[in-house]
Amino acid sequence: MIDKTVATVADAVAGIPDGATVMIGGFGRAGQPVELIDALIAGGAGDLTIVSNNAGNGDTGLAALLAARRVRRIICSFPRQHDSWVFDGLYRAGEIELELVPQGNLAERIRAAGAGIGAFFSPTGVGTELAAGKEERVIEGRRYVLEYPIRADVALVSALRADRWGNLVYRETARNFGPVMASAATTTIVQVDEVVPLGALDPETVVTPGLYVDRVVAVGSRPWLDGGEFVGGVDVEGRPLETPEAAR
Amino acid sequence: MTTRIGRDELARRIAADIPDGSYVNLGIGAPTLVAEYLPADQEIILHTENGLLGMGPAPAAGSVDPDLINAGKQAVTALPGAAYFHHADSFAMMRGGHLDVCVLGAFQVSETGDLANWSTGAPGAIPAVGGAMDLAIGAKAVYVMTDLLTKEGTSKLVTACDYPLTGVRCVSRVYTDHAVFDITDDGFAVRETFGDTTVDELERLTGLHLVDATREG
Repeated sequence: MIDKTVATVADAVAGIPDGATVMIGGFGRAGQPVELIDALIAGGAGDLTIVSNNAGNGDTGLAALLAARRVRRIICSFPRQHDSWVFDGLYRAGEIELELVPQGNLAERIRAAGAGIGAFFSPTGVGTELAAGKEERVIEGRRYVLEYPIRADVALVSALRADRWGNLVYRETARNFGPVMASAATTTIVQVDEVVPLGALDPETVVTPGLYVDRVVAVGSRPWLDGGEFVGGVDVEGRPLETPEAAR
Repeated sequence: MTTRIGRDELARRIAADIPDGSYVNLGIGAPTLVAEYLPADQEIILHTENGLLGMGPAPAAGSVDPDLINAGKQAVTALPGAAYFHHADSFAMMRGGHLDVCVLGAFQVSETGDLANWSTGAPGAIPAVGGAMDLAIGAKAVYVMTDLLTKEGTSKLVTACDYPLTGVRCVSRVYTDHAVFDITDDGFAVRETFGDTTVDELERLTGLHLVDATREG
């Protein structure tokens, strides 16, 4: 019997060591596995290398992990945002290393790791400072640069639902990096709103097959969902409209 | 005197050049205005690189869904017929040449079609590239929407970019507040001028030799 579900977020992130490379899903706040990140902070691991599209928003989730000084290096495409003050401060103080990667190359390098591709030639970034020092080749008249896979020890991913085999369905644009990150880590840890019985997910709609997933933990519904149905009533950061203090 | 048109008028002008049935990505900032002028009787499908085709307008205040955002992380809607996909698929659509048109902002465009729009290269600035480099090479036609001149009055159309490049030889056409320029083997060609603007005046403002293509087509 296969049962990848664990009872708590602490169980889900147990064993992540100092110095680990950790992929964190999400695009801004959408799909960011905030409950798993909170558990990672509580678990105490430090000196981490983080792979994520952004470098934290506001003071929660990935931003809180950075603020707790657990991250030595971050590989991302778009660290600077209107609400990235935690990263901005660390970067200006020289207290975090940054590898900046064009977004599509970031996604494809992660995909390549999961797909067993040794490296690939990408047209993105050719002739720019982000391709400096990289091997270049002209293929059928077009210039490409050589890009290597990005692997991780751990991926933290947020999805809508899972079954005990770890099959996943996502929701809307919160899917973003989840499927590729799930494939590219030694240990893939997923938080979902709910775990459903085996067979309850339509096989035609499963986006991430369970073989990529190692641990699943249910964290309960988002404030804007009720049983997976959209009920609204929040702002784009997920805070209830009537009582914005409630989510802070 | 040259004639300048406003942002909304320019957005309307760009929208008029996008054929019915096109798959289009509108970059963050001014290019998003183009969506408001796409004709309602046409089916032009908007792509947002964080994983949605068939993006619709912003939702009403009570219907904001934090799971449904655009590349600028603003709340959007999904139209009937929309599709969601993950990031690697989304950028494969771009890199693979499946999008028809991309509209981007710019700091500078060179006469060979190089684009600089992601970094001013200022010391101490925190770099962030996002999807800019992928977008620059990721559509059959790459349109730039920009003012012709900076706030200081210098031309954004240049012989060679001195800001850090986003992409090399990637821009097809530049829509500015004074005129529309095509990138050709002979450099910038003035395709259309607005109001009283003349090619001579554009040459004076940009300091470039321009091909006069206003009588063609």
